[in-house]
Amino acid sequence: MPGRKGRDLRLLQGNECCAEAAILAGCTFFAGYPITPSTEIAEILSEKLPQVGGHFIQMEDEIASIAAVIGASLTGAKSMTATSGPGFSLKQENIGFASFTEIPCVIVNVQRTGPSTGLPTAPAQADLMQARWGTHGDHPIVALYPSTVPEVFDLTVKAFNISERLRVPVILLMDEVVGHMREKVEIPHVSDIEIINRPRPDVPPEKYLPYAAGPDGVPPMAPFGTGYRWHVTGLYHDETGFPTTAAPNADRQMKRLYAKIESAAEEITFTSEESLDDAEIVVVACGITARSARRGVRLARERGIKAGMLQLKTIWPFPYGIIGDIAGRVEKIIVAEMNMGQLIGEVERAACGKCEVVGYSRVDGEPIAPAEIVAKIEEV
Amino acid sequence: MATLKELSNKEILISSGHRACAGCGFPIIIKQALLAAENPVVVACATGCMEVCTTIYPYTAWKVPFIHNAFENSASTLSGVEAAYKSLSRQGKLDKKIDFIAFGGDGGTYDIGFQALSGAMERGHNMLYICYDNQAYMNTGIQRSSATPRGANTTTSPAGTESYGKKQYRKDLSAVMVAHEIPYVAQASPSNWNDLVTKVKKALAVEGPAFMNIIQPCVLGWKYPSDQSIELAKLAVDTCFWPLYEVEEGEYKLTYRPKEKKPVEDWLKRQGRFRHLFKPENAEILKEIQEDIDTRWARLLAKCGEEA
Repeated sequence: MPGRKGRDLRLLQGNECCAEAAILAGCTFFAGYPITPSTEIAEILSEKLPQVGGHFIQMEDEIASIAAVIGASLTGAKSMTATSGPGFSLKQENIGFASFTEIPCVIVNVQRTGPSTGLPTAPAQADLMQARWGTHGDHPIVALYPSTVPEVFDLTVKAFNISERLRVPVILLMDEVVGHMREKVEIPHVSDIEIINRPRPDVPPEKYLPYAAGPDGVPPMAPFGTGYRWHVTGLYHDETGFPTTAAPNADRQMKRLYAKIESAAEEITFTSEESLDDAEIVVVACGITARSARRGVRLARERGIKAGMLQLKTIWPFPYGIIGDIAGRVEKIIVAEMNMGQLIGEVERAACGKCEVVGYSRVDGEPIAPAEIVAKIEEV
Repeated sequence: MATLKELSNKEILISSGHRACAGCGFPIIIKQALLAAENPVVVACATGCMEVCTTIYPYTAWKVPFIHNAFENSASTLSGVEAAYKSLSRQGKLDKKIDFIAFGGDGGTYDIGFQALSGAMERGHNMLYICYDNQAYMNTGIQRSSATPRGANTTTSPAGTESYGKKQYRKDLSAVMVAHEIPYVAQASPSNWNDLVTKVKKALAVEGPAFMNIIQPCVLGWKYPSDQSIELAKLAVDTCFWPLYEVEEGEYKLTYRPKEKKPVEDWLKRQGRFRHLFKPENAEILKEIQEDIDTRWARLLAKCGEEA
């Protein structure tokens, strides 16, 4: 490790960077299963976690991997798993459980082209809706989406912090090309990294109510094995954690789960923009497409078009407010995405008819190129 | 027993031109298994090297109907096909006898596909499930599976200063399948082709489910020169790491007994994945691996009614 003043610059693959960031964020447990294009994260953590006193387990499938992550998190360990499309599908039931029982965990989905086995080595951005609604039932979720290797570092750390702070599963969506791309990244000194830990109870075990939340809607969480005995169940439960079918409780529980995310929405919403101030046409994109959009907007500006772009680093909760404001002052929004049109529906909801919203989709397993963005800007 | 002459007159149902690595063991296994079939064959295949390498668009190496669904469910998928076949036969819409074979690698069989396999065997579908066991997740780049032998270096059980590789012994899946009390279970090796073909014939002839576990040397994962695959399969058999036996209606039979049981080191030292085991600090692990094989071999001999 370099000295306090030395800069730690490295050339890292997105997947490598995610593994590095997880360890610095305090991750001590990883359970995974091999799947292209995410496998490097498991491989690296199988070697590095034991070196820092952490634990790696390869499970028998993706269902077992997320279940082990939930179990480890209950003991107090910051826990993560990584997967891709088919594995993400298999994890959904457990993601719903973690959301409903408020167990912090980070789930990395290095997206590949689906559905089914799809194009295992080709990128796509078609799991946006699955990240939000993959499991059944209403449930809160947070999803972050980096577009560069340095952003992978930043958002991996943030994923852990948000997950711990709000006791919610956080999905880190990556594009296959970001996972496998090598870029320069400066690893901050560990003392410069903001680390947030889950709220702990400040009452003795006999007074502990595991699901009694404070004003922020987040109940303190006692790690298993510290003398606090509590009941964890995927059934509706009251403040004691024990199951109940009482209607008023069910209503209160679901609304609290939503409110805890809504009240923190501002602090967990991350965006990046380019030339938005006087823009008449704005491109909204995320992940690898945001990089092409940024370049496309610069090229359009050189041609005298007042173009701008908004990159969404937080997909869920969706930044309806920010996009609504932009929609009120521009002529057109172009939503560029590598799917048949998932983001565009949310952008239309946010724009509320205040401006025209047009989509640009690419679904052939190839990333959208800057020239395509320029062409679309010129076309509209 | 099939004669070589007899087999050489049959059509080979897997063509050349597939993209398996030079020296890969599974094309040989497919060839030998399909040569044994007397009837038209329908194949289901789990996600994995075999699926990927034999079906690269717009080609296929298979001269039989081939279904790939997902990683975990080739046994379930073929269960549906076989059940529909039975129904169509009962209705008089099909009068041909058809053989159903599901293939899966060790990841798709021992691990993620285990539940699907167990279900299909318990329900009693008239099908043969063949596991081509190359002892790790080779398609995603050599991660450990529950079929990986103890001590092997893989990308998720890396050997180094803190570890000698995989800590656990491999799961004895053949024994688990025997416990399903299905009509036929066998272990085979492509090095003993006649034994393998004979077992596939038996497996397809029985009424009900059959399971075969076939060892498959993997050049990249085991790390050896690509012209030594069959030698390594043979050494796995001759060291009794991979005994050749069958269990018919619960009756164990050893189908091949090595003239001289070789020390397991003879097999291990030929593979890069075990290289670190020959460092002095790992001598004890090597000893334990040999003891484990000796114990299992003695147990198998007893079950087969063979002299120790």
